[in-house]
Amino acid sequence: MPVNAEFQGREYPPTEPYRVGAAKIREFAEAVGSSDPVHVDAEVARARGYADVIAPPTFAVIIAQQCDGQLIRDPEAGIDFSRVVHGEQRFVHHRPLTAGDAIIGTLHVDTVREAGGHAMVTTRTELATEAGEPVCTATSTIVIRGGE
Amino acid sequence: MNEQPTTPPAPATVRSAADVTVGETLPSVTIHVDRARLVQYAGASLDRNRIHWDEPFAKQVGLPDVIAHGMFTMGSAVTLVTEWVGDAGRVVEYGTRFTKPVVVPYDGGADIEVSGVVKALEPDTKRVTIELTAKAAGEKVLGRALAVAVLD
Repeated sequence: MPVNAEFQGREYPPTEPYRVGAAKIREFAEAVGSSDPVHVDAEVARARGYADVIAPPTFAVIIAQQCDGQLIRDPEAGIDFSRVVHGEQRFVHHRPLTAGDAIIGTLHVDTVREAGGHAMVTTRTELATEAGEPVCTATSTIVIRGGE
Repeated sequence: MNEQPTTPPAPATVRSAADVTVGETLPSVTIHVDRARLVQYAGASLDRNRIHWDEPFAKQVGLPDVIAHGMFTMGSAVTLVTEWVGDAGRVVEYGTRFTKPVVVPYDGGADIEVSGVVKALEPDTKRVTIELTAKAAGEKVLGRALAVAVLD
């Protein structure tokens, strides 16, 4: 089943809040090998002017990929997850994700296109606090490999 | 100096824009990745796609072997930038293409060699652009990997 081109331009409703936790930040920082104490030591983070420990630059992918799941799991989208590879990723941070944040993601399907027998879907997730403060824009392109 | 009796946290020692020149290289690092690390990253990131830890499954869907999460490579490569800048919170933009998978065999794992160079510096805003190069098995695995950070 081909990817449904009619999904281009679609915007999903805002998600339930994702609560950024200090333990998850530590776990993620350890997994990517970031030794900056600002991820694990709240005193260090406050000395640098942050409200609490802050997340590494790619942590936002956790929330963004949960948002992408709304599209990928939609049977009408026609995306076979076992054939998905990640093509491109970009983050623009308006400020660091910080422990204690409650983050709402709004998923936009920016483009759906075919090239060389593969389908490529670019999504953009706008991450903001419950109060509406923009925190991060995460843009992702996935490639759905064409198949035998 | 701080007068507190307990050991105070070290203040951020963020690199000064005045000390940076375009074309300067960042210290390179080699990141070793094995299956245990991929399982760790899968748990931390909640990306549990089987292609990153289940070898028969990866081969069944046409891959040569288990491959690292592109986001693992992206996330670990940027530590070169955050350590050089002096504060992980100063990275304001970061993007890349995933040009080749990092194949992670059961025996021995894989090494990702990461280097970086200063491509641009805006003296007014103190925004520095770093281009990262990441190679595994001699091939570039990230394309147009650019990080922008705000210096002091």
